[in-house]
Amino acid sequence: MASDGKTASLWQRLFGSSVRAFGVVSVLLLISLAIAPAKNHFSEWRHYQKQYLKMIRGRGEAVTLQRHYQGGIQQIWLPELGVVDRCSTCHVGLKEVGLADVATQPFRPHPVIPHKLDQFGCVVCHRGQGAATTVEEAHRSTLAWEQPILPAKYIESSCGQCHQGELTGAPELNEGRRLLAGYGCLHCHTVKLPNGGTWKATDDPPSLEHIADKTTREWIYAWLKDPQAYAASATMPNFLFSNDDARDISAFLMANSTVLAGDTIALPQKAAADPTAGPSLYGASFCASCHAVQNAAGNLVGGDVGPELTRVGNKVKPEWLQAWLRNPRGYDARTAMPHYRFDEQQVVTLSAFLLAKTDSDFLVTVHLEPATPEEIAHGKRLVIDYGCASCHEITGIRKPENFAPELSRIGSKAIPQLIFLPGMAHTLPDYISGKLRNPRAFASGLKMPKYSFSEPQIDAITTAMLSLNERARTLPLSLTVAATPESTYEPAGKAGQLMHDLACFSCHRINGHGGDMAPDLTWEGSSVQRAWLQDFLKNPNTLRPALIRRMPKFNLSNGEINELTDYILTVYQSPAIDRDSMPLSGYPPVQVEEGRQLFYSEYSCQACHILDSKTDKGYIGPTLTQVGSRLSAAWVYSWLKNPQGLRPGSIEPNRNMSDEDARSLTAFLMTQKGSGRKEAKEK
Amino acid sequence: MTQRWFARELALAAMTSALLLGIGCARPASTVPAPKATALASALVESSGSKQIAAAGMVLPQPVVVQANDDQGNGVQGALVEMSGPAGVTFDPVNGLTDSSGQFTTSVSLGGMAGRYQIVARTRNKAQKPIEIELQEIALGYQETLGSQLNDKYCERCHNPESTAVRVSNYDNLEVKPHPFTDGNTLNQMSDADLTAIISHGGPALNKSPLMPPYGYTLSKTEIQALIAYIRAVSDPLYKSPGLVYAKNVEARL
Repeated sequence: MASDGKTASLWQRLFGSSVRAFGVVSVLLLISLAIAPAKNHFSEWRHYQKQYLKMIRGRGEAVTLQRHYQGGIQQIWLPELGVVDRCSTCHVGLKEVGLADVATQPFRPHPVIPHKLDQFGCVVCHRGQGAATTVEEAHRSTLAWEQPILPAKYIESSCGQCHQGELTGAPELNEGRRLLAGYGCLHCHTVKLPNGGTWKATDDPPSLEHIADKTTREWIYAWLKDPQAYAASATMPNFLFSNDDARDISAFLMANSTVLAGDTIALPQKAAADPTAGPSLYGASFCASCHAVQNAAGNLVGGDVGPELTRVGNKVKPEWLQAWLRNPRGYDARTAMPHYRFDEQQVVTLSAFLLAKTDSDFLVTVHLEPATPEEIAHGKRLVIDYGCASCHEITGIRKPENFAPELSRIGSKAIPQLIFLPGMAHTLPDYISGKLRNPRAFASGLKMPKYSFSEPQIDAITTAMLSLNERARTLPLSLTVAATPESTYEPAGKAGQLMHDLACFSCHRINGHGGDMAPDLTWEGSSVQRAWLQDFLKNPNTLRPALIRRMPKFNLSNGEINELTDYILTVYQSPAIDRDSMPLSGYPPVQVEEGRQLFYSEYSCQACHILDSKTDKGYIGPTLTQVGSRLSAAWVYSWLKNPQGLRPGSIEPNRNMSDEDARSLTAFLMTQKGSGRKEAKEK
Repeated sequence: MTQRWFARELALAAMTSALLLGIGCARPASTVPAPKATALASALVESSGSKQIAAAGMVLPQPVVVQANDDQGNGVQGALVEMSGPAGVTFDPVNGLTDSSGQFTTSVSLGGMAGRYQIVARTRNKAQKPIEIELQEIALGYQETLGSQLNDKYCERCHNPESTAVRVSNYDNLEVKPHPFTDGNTLNQMSDADLTAIISHGGPALNKSPLMPPYGYTLSKTEIQALIAYIRAVSDPLYKSPGLVYAKNVEARL
């Protein structure tokens, strides 16, 4: 009885009488049943949808917005892309242009992009977890999900998933790709493209087979220790070698180098009588179009096609430099440097000028004892270990295969596979940019060298690397936009050899092959007159007054000039232009006068072109003072009708000109024969 | 007694649901400890870095530099400058002491949305009152970035009076001077339709100089819209959209 009483009291203490207990249990059951609907009712997305409805109620266009609004969970489902996106459940106003003034999320309309949301969804570009319906799960990485939202600064990486080539409107991605391909990354890391090909590097590091002809061991040592100390613009990264390692590698490279005939013949060093001869030859040869030199203010002035020459006198041996200036192709058959036909005096003048470009402090501290066989052997081992042959040709050492991890899918590497530095946010972009900043910090014994990228460059490279991801590799090929395949065009015959020797393609593009510093010459044969082209090759003068980079004078022989002229005029002909369809002169004066008026009034060509150097000042297009003796009439006519049809990407606007206006303008322009050429002829 | 039990159950349920709701809203708050000021300033001025243009989410090309001055207008070393801005804007560093010339330099990354960002630099004067200056920066979205690329290629050589080493301006050569795109006082008066007309059909379309050629046969409609978006984005003072204009055939943008 006593125990009963005790039980009863415990029971009673907990639940009271059985009737009351039944009531309590029922209430508990009801409450537990209510949890699910309550969670649904209080869910975040309902909260946002209510907020949205409240917001639009006060706006002028409330009725339209209300009509567009659909409540409940919204979903974009794109099976072929693997997209299940519920983002528009909370981001209700994505398509509402009228909400442009709304600054609070999640109600801002999406900014204008070239794609439709319904066709691509959200996570294709923004990453994140599209199927989630809470803020936390959709945007951040949680225990169950791994894919956080991509920070805005890397958003262009998403364009790169489908667009494999250069893309207008995505400068960050383009820059990142340019850096990846141009700074040696692809020599060690393989990147396979979705179409089965491999991404090709655009840089061509020099061969080291004859390095001892070119430079001293001391310079190699200093360069290995810190390439940027020699040239701020150097693209060679810093391998952080110890003094002993740099000593041994320099010893090996010198010992391994073979001598090239011709590199060691010294010319008599006739001192140039005129101290301005060197600088003026450097200027007249337009060396600065490709090579930069640091000026007194520390700024680099000049192009970046060739290496910086600020301290070139500390680097090269005089005999090698003279041989190089005489004909660079003897040392490096692939070089982008043209073969100037300098005479002996010019070679001496120019080499003396360049050798004077030294920094007296540069090699002062480098003193190397003669190398021992052990040091050379150790140097060779280091050269193999650090994969130097991935970039440089070195006699007796093969280019290593798969030297560094493949990067084809780096943009979707799983977080648990990554090692993070202390204090670093645990996201893939932070890992990639951290690695680019300081590659050796992530473990001991790593070999990746340290680059001296700026922060914007690191952001750009990270953007390009994030585009190399699983989605990019698994997209249906029909959705990808392949890069324009690289043209393998090579000119043929003797003229072809000459063009190769003069490195025309370092600056000019023909049939999709070549640089973009100078005009595209694909249709040059339809464009210019023979006499003008011959004069120009003999003595190139600039056509565009505002240009700093100009065509250099190569000192070509008459035979070479005729060879090139014949080839250009015969081969580089546009099928759309019949050169003989319009005469070079003899147009009726009425038509010429009509053309003059159109030139100066309706079309106001003087805004960009100089026709009369006394009155016109336009700096943008080529000078037209002698256009009548430079261009063919048929070319001028076709150009006026559609400039982009002849040179895609030309900035001259298409004026949608009538045939009659184009004929009159052509007639007028063809009367502009200039005076310079006539005098030259008479001489 | 019953009521008491009910109350406890209800409280529990309420707490549970509050907890469930709370998880989604929790945000970790982080603040960077500020160094202690060794001096106080009486004025804060901008040295450089406002009105820069960068893509949304990116670091501005140049750092922002502000200077703390004393009553005579000389730089004050050791004044504490703190930066703040709208959500998404980050500063590196977010605060610090001014250097020997009174300047504080910070690198700014803008938020992920295109538009104007107002950032604030703050220091304290001798009365411990905060002194603030506001600086505006411009973030470009996709459309404005595309417009800025087109501007570089087609427009800037005439419309930007500044010459650089690689791009000599044609501005001075023109008899009728074009308006720089930052000239909001003029360009904000022109509607999108006006701008479209002058870009597509040239100056004469609005009774202006024929030195401005038509680009309607060179640029696509999308490109012209992008260019206008860029012009609006960089305009100073800020361009205020007239709001949605209802017209026939207004296409939804997405």
